[in-house]
Amino acid sequence: MTSIQKNRLKDQLFKFWGIACTLIGLVMLVIFIGGILVDGLSRIDWAFITDLPSRKAEKSGIWTPLMGSVWVLVLTAIISFPISVAAGVYLEEYAKKNRLSAMLEINISNLAGVPSIIYGLLGLEVFVRIMNLGASVLAGALTLSLLILPIIVVATREAIKAVPNSIRDASYALGASKWQTIWNQVLPASSGGILTGVILALSRAVGEAAPLIVVGALAYVPFAPRGPLDQFSVLPIQIFNWISRPQQGFIDNAAAAIIILLLITFIMNGIAVYFRNKWQKKLQ
Amino acid sequence: MRKIKELIIEKSLLSSALVTIAVTIGIILVLAIEAFLFFKEVSIFDFFTDTQWTPLFTEKHYGILPLLSGTLLTTFIAISVAMPIGLSISIYLSEYAPRSFRKTIKPLLELLAAVPSVVYGFFALVVVTPYLQQFMPSLSGFNSLSAGIVMGIMIIPFVSSLSEDALFAVPKSLREASYGMGATRLQTAFKVVVPAASSGIIVSIILAISRAIGETMIVAIAAGQQPRLTLDPTVPVETITAYIVQVSLGDVQHGSLEYRTIFAAGITLFVFTFLLNTVSFRIRKKYREKYD
Repeated sequence: MTSIQKNRLKDQLFKFWGIACTLIGLVMLVIFIGGILVDGLSRIDWAFITDLPSRKAEKSGIWTPLMGSVWVLVLTAIISFPISVAAGVYLEEYAKKNRLSAMLEINISNLAGVPSIIYGLLGLEVFVRIMNLGASVLAGALTLSLLILPIIVVATREAIKAVPNSIRDASYALGASKWQTIWNQVLPASSGGILTGVILALSRAVGEAAPLIVVGALAYVPFAPRGPLDQFSVLPIQIFNWISRPQQGFIDNAAAAIIILLLITFIMNGIAVYFRNKWQKKLQ
Repeated sequence: MRKIKELIIEKSLLSSALVTIAVTIGIILVLAIEAFLFFKEVSIFDFFTDTQWTPLFTEKHYGILPLLSGTLLTTFIAISVAMPIGLSISIYLSEYAPRSFRKTIKPLLELLAAVPSVVYGFFALVVVTPYLQQFMPSLSGFNSLSAGIVMGIMIIPFVSSLSEDALFAVPKSLREASYGMGATRLQTAFKVVVPAASSGIIVSIILAISRAIGETMIVAIAAGQQPRLTLDPTVPVETITAYIVQVSLGDVQHGSLEYRTIFAAGITLFVFTFLLNTVSFRIRKKYREKYD
């Protein structure tokens, strides 16, 4: 074999290796979700969704953690959305190239890399102890809001950056002020991108267990929360609790609850991708 | 009037941006104060040299090394999985794959990172460990091997996505020059494109390491809760993050020394990830200047 043939062969081999690597992660995911469907699908019925937790695996339902997740998600969205979009608008439209904006930029990039469990420690000390909120839905939602803050800020900035300057210039030419331009032109034009970022960040929040465990969310709560100061559990913590038990019945419950959690996550991701595609077409 | 309104709006937007600084200061203060109170009772020398971590037993030892070794061991295994696979994917997608394939496969790969980590923990404990036990009968039910492998699968998109962006950003002219010399795609990829994109690739790997060090639920579920100074991947270990979860699940009195251990562990974790993130940010800044 000449060295040219050898090199061509190596080239082809790497191509197949590359395809194999690209598919292996996805194949694992498919095998795994398939396995979970086999374990958990038979366990899912209406009673599994609406039943309260129980000591017996076959009588346990996910009503309280499901409602806990919904509560946390809604509060997190309400708290994080205005702050992080405002921060993103400031950094992209107002901030001058000075030390403050350089610091803000480094800081946000660093925050995005802080492990989620560290946010849990912050929430435990600040929201649970100092603000005396206890292990409540509100304390959990505040903690998760801080966690997803950098994600939404970055997404907002990207979305605003994508708005062409001609739109701003046209607005200024008509005599609009800076804020009028942002509120009436830039934000509507970037809303699709911002929305995508917010939904993706919230879908990350709904799967988080670690920071909420640290904040003090419980694995067993007898009732669904009725207000922001009630105790709560969330789906990922309920799943964690069921996985830690030795009986097969609870493992099946965990698989069933995972199906529900994945359904929520994938639907949110799907909606986000839909918005992004629609928005990108509009921009072009 | 309009000027005042504009000014008020600008200042309130600025204050939202400053919230992010407050969060950082809050994290550092909380960790530093509780850790300071911890180190008033435990000597910092023991913390870094004692080879046992048993704050919840009657005979107490406060050596972080076993937790650190557990963290680094699972991270090492995860990176050994994610780095070769992730880099191969990025080279394949940027140098070989047709554009349409690249466009469909990238969002699918991102899905790997979107799955909640508690779900991966289930995978490691209920599927991967029993499967590996068929070949390795001595593998314990909780071990760093399956936790690390599964964590590696989870962080594949962190490596592949960022590296692919870096590879793709390399100017076409470099490739064409290489092809013009008669090089194959493989030679071009490894001798020209990868070196040109090396800083972006290094950033992606650093970020993946930082992510693996801070990952919690997979290791809390599948790696065990036994702090142990070992490099043996088949036995139960405990990571820093898993320890914080373990204490949080129990009933520990606020203000007690046990309570403060999670902050001492937390600040160790924070320092590690902070250093990694800062290094990657520096490299990224430098790299951006080079190409713009």
